[in-house]
Amino acid sequence: MNPKRINNIATAVIYGLVGIVVLILLFLIGYILFNGVPDISWKFLTTPAQAFSAGGGIRDQLFNSLYLLVLTLLISFPIALGSGIYLAEYAPDNWFTNLIRTTIEVLSSLPSVVVGLFGYLFLVIQLHLSFSILSGAIALTFFNLPLLTRSIEESLNSVSDLQKQAGMSLGLSDWRTITRIILPVGLPGILTGVILSAGRVFGEAAALIYTAGQSAPIVNYANWNIFDPSSFLNPMRPAETLAVHIWKVNTESVTPDAHLISSASSAVLIIVILIFNLSARFIGNWLYKKMTATR
Amino acid sequence: MKEYNLEEHSIVKITDEVEISSTDLQVYYGNDHAIFDASLEFPKNQITSLIGASGSGKSTYLRCLNRMNEKIARVDGKIMYQGTDINASGVNVYEVRKQIGMVFQRPNPFAKSIRENIQFALKSNGIHDKHVLEERLESSLKEAALWDEVKDELDKSALELSGGQQQRLCIARSVAMRPQILLLDEPASALDPISTSKIEDTLDELKSHYTIIIVTHNMSQATRISNYTAFFHLGHIVEYDKTKNIFMNPSMPATSDYISGAFG
Repeated sequence: MNPKRINNIATAVIYGLVGIVVLILLFLIGYILFNGVPDISWKFLTTPAQAFSAGGGIRDQLFNSLYLLVLTLLISFPIALGSGIYLAEYAPDNWFTNLIRTTIEVLSSLPSVVVGLFGYLFLVIQLHLSFSILSGAIALTFFNLPLLTRSIEESLNSVSDLQKQAGMSLGLSDWRTITRIILPVGLPGILTGVILSAGRVFGEAAALIYTAGQSAPIVNYANWNIFDPSSFLNPMRPAETLAVHIWKVNTESVTPDAHLISSASSAVLIIVILIFNLSARFIGNWLYKKMTATR
Repeated sequence: MKEYNLEEHSIVKITDEVEISSTDLQVYYGNDHAIFDASLEFPKNQITSLIGASGSGKSTYLRCLNRMNEKIARVDGKIMYQGTDINASGVNVYEVRKQIGMVFQRPNPFAKSIRENIQFALKSNGIHDKHVLEERLESSLKEAALWDEVKDELDKSALELSGGQQQRLCIARSVAMRPQILLLDEPASALDPISTSKIEDTLDELKSHYTIIIVTHNMSQATRISNYTAFFHLGHIVEYDKTKNIFMNPSMPATSDYISGAFG
């Protein structure tokens, strides 16, 4: 066979494989959207769930998911940023650093249900945090931290060493060089990592069933006192998230329109994650232009 | 490559005022001995070239002079500058680097505007007076012969400049710190001939205010711009003299072979 023919065959095979991946994806997303979108309405998004009768919405679950996400990021982002900066800029190349990297990799491949059970035993039972948004957020931090740390480390590593040398040669301290020169260049990558990890956190169910709980108590959206048990901002209340709701409606719900609710909820979940992904790209580009003064 | 007796060398004592000098400088990368007994004196407000083949240690030596080898290599020996040994362990390396600026082989402007590139390090050093900042911006860009090309678009990203303009911006950025010495590590090797000649003109202007030490691969560049030249070979300084002596009448066989193109 001549090289041209081999090349043509290889190209065709690669296109075929890519086509299969794209088709599976399109089928899955299309199926979920096709089944769910017709049932999404403003009413569905803004009414509380019903335990026994039809017509329930997902207001509380949707809010819980978003609130849990914010809390998780509030806890995990500073830690991940610190460890990412350490690993990318300060860590010496020795066995200890390699041990940290391996640990992070192991942590990132932990099955989420294991994280959930650990969270249940340690946070809910041992630390008496009960089924709460806080327990859920801490459990999700275990789940989120390795991925976030790695993406921050990689974003910082992708910034050219020449930039660091330039800072050094001007007599700037390491810290100032890192925070004011390297971090701004790496920021779009970091932001993309944060938003993509937010998508994963948003869709997580197994780790939350045992930590944030499976009930969505009626809360008062006008009560801004986070210490008040009825406040929507209270982190110590149990909170069923959207992903958990989908699982629960499908397994143990007695509402007559369970199928409709789970289809529509799944569609909402997918749409929100798609929005996260698209915005990651746009905000990343926008931020890069802003930070570097390029047009 | 021919074997030369590296214990033999010919290093002149300079007659002009000395700005910075090294005595018996040794550099080790782990167990690799990279620079052997490097002793040189650099004349104030003149240009000195460091030449030699790749791997001869000229860049490594240059980077010792403002402590850029910190954490990368072990540097033993003395580097005397204004009466102090700046290679001593207690010395404030940040202060050293403010006085001894450096420009690298590949242009490395910050991913910021042209204005911020010049002013960022100044602000970091506590200069916040608007007038001072603007004056430094203009004067250093003028010194680096870039002002006329960028004066109308100072808020443009430095990354949009051409390679030659970026390199002159890097020179301006160093000059803005008002250093005494400017170290340049093959500053023109990534540039086209026109940009190169602009950089050379710039250096010629700058030497009235700064002591310049430049590593170069380009021997005609060394003859064009420098007053003194040091020839490095395998980590040893083989010969150091006035540039015209090095090129017209070298006293060491390795030097004459290198400049006649026998290796390199």
